Amino acid sequence: MARFTDKNSYTILFSVIMVLVVGSLLAGVAQGLRSKISENERFEKQQNILYAMGVDDNEGTGSVTFIPTKEVEATFHKYIKKQLVIQGDEATEDDNAYLIDIKKEESHANDDHNYKRKLPLFIGEKDGKTFYIIPMRGKGLWDAIWGFVSLDKDLVVEGVYFDHKGETPGLGANIKERFFMDDFQGEQIMDGNAFVGITVAKGNNDPLNERKDDQKVDALAGATITGNGVTAMIKKDVARYIPYLEKLKGAEKNETSESIQVSDSIQ
Amino acid sequence: MALLSKKDSRLILDPLADNNPITIQVLGICSALAITAQLKASIVMALSVMVVLAVGNVVISLLRNVIPGKIRIIAQLIIVAALVIIVDQVLKAFAYELSKQLSVFIGLIITNCIIMGRFEAFALANKPWRSFLDGIGNAAGYGLILIIVGFFRELLGSGTLLGFKVLGDPIAKTGVYAFGYENNGFMLLSPMALIIIGIIIWAQRSRNKALIEE
Repeated sequence: MARFTDKNSYTILFSVIMVLVVGSLLAGVAQGLRSKISENERFEKQQNILYAMGVDDNEGTGSVTFIPTKEVEATFHKYIKKQLVIQGDEATEDDNAYLIDIKKEESHANDDHNYKRKLPLFIGEKDGKTFYIIPMRGKGLWDAIWGFVSLDKDLVVEGVYFDHKGETPGLGANIKERFFMDDFQGEQIMDGNAFVGITVAKGNNDPLNERKDDQKVDALAGATITGNGVTAMIKKDVARYIPYLEKLKGAEKNETSESIQVSDSIQ
Repeated sequence: MALLSKKDSRLILDPLADNNPITIQVLGICSALAITAQLKASIVMALSVMVVLAVGNVVISLLRNVIPGKIRIIAQLIIVAALVIIVDQVLKAFAYELSKQLSVFIGLIITNCIIMGRFEAFALANKPWRSFLDGIGNAAGYGLILIIVGFFRELLGSGTLLGFKVLGDPIAKTGVYAFGYENNGFMLLSPMALIIIGIIIWAQRSRNKALIEE
């Protein structure tokens, strides 16, 4: 029995209708949910920044617990005292600096070497201590990784937050687990006056991370490339802020800061 | 199972053992290898596949008389892709934290051969309610194997279950680690998942000789 669905004209008609229906359905869903999704992403960024400076709901040594989404907006404005945009030697205050898309800035700077990229820097205050929070973005094994690192005024790491788009679950995806991120606390990024960053190192004979001045944290087994990506991301992105942070440090101590050597990754 | 007729309940029970999509039909192996390093990831993947397969089967079954035979595979692919995208977007809008945890799994569902396999083999020829049961049953059979593999890989590879340190602390040398036990890091890599699935297939076929092909 020849069925009506076997005719060529029906096949074409069916595919046209199917594409129209599915296309408009998906477009409608995406459009309808867009404002809600972008708001969620904004809250998440605030939660991540706060997490890096140690404002969180963590209990014991278990999993990562952020400030609840409902309270994050108010908490963010309570702890983050200043948001700066650094462009070249100038720093301007901008209350929406946390919305700057680092990915866009990076590709803009790569396309046009004269472009001075905007570097957002967040200055937080908790219990009388000042935190400088730096956003980072790099490459993992499969896709993008990003994060925030908070430094105190002596450029010692106070906390970090890492996240990823598509690292392998159970392996590279563990960079956003506390057993990895907590190791960064107290690590130094400077060796004397030179910027070295922090290396995610295999076999550094320090799995408990007791030595804090070796610029190394213990790597994750089975996640070599993601770990290398974290190392590279810290070296590349934190280095851009070192001249400015050194200047702040110098101004605070009211003495001329020594000339600093920074790694070759910054121009 | 008074709720279901005998024929209907077989739709759910068969894929759990004697017609299991992974161990008998050897479908969905890729995701079974990729995401079973942790028990939690296995459970989440099993539930996600169950939702997509049950809903997808019903949609395909409703459309079974109007889908042109020549392009039925493309039509199935579009339906499963659209479903997955909608689930992903809705989760991002209303359960953002959950969607972060699921991360890559949602996208991986599309690549699961079981879904296309059930659309093609069952939903195109059966009524919606039976297709729904078939979807639930096959996803449960798939999930069962995923959870078994995830259980052994996480327990032997990391010494944890759902993140809890059930065997003691490997660094502080408590629990079984005090007697010189070490985690087997090889369990975290995909080849061990294949070996575990192989062992399951072996055990299953030696218990039920009818499953052995000539």
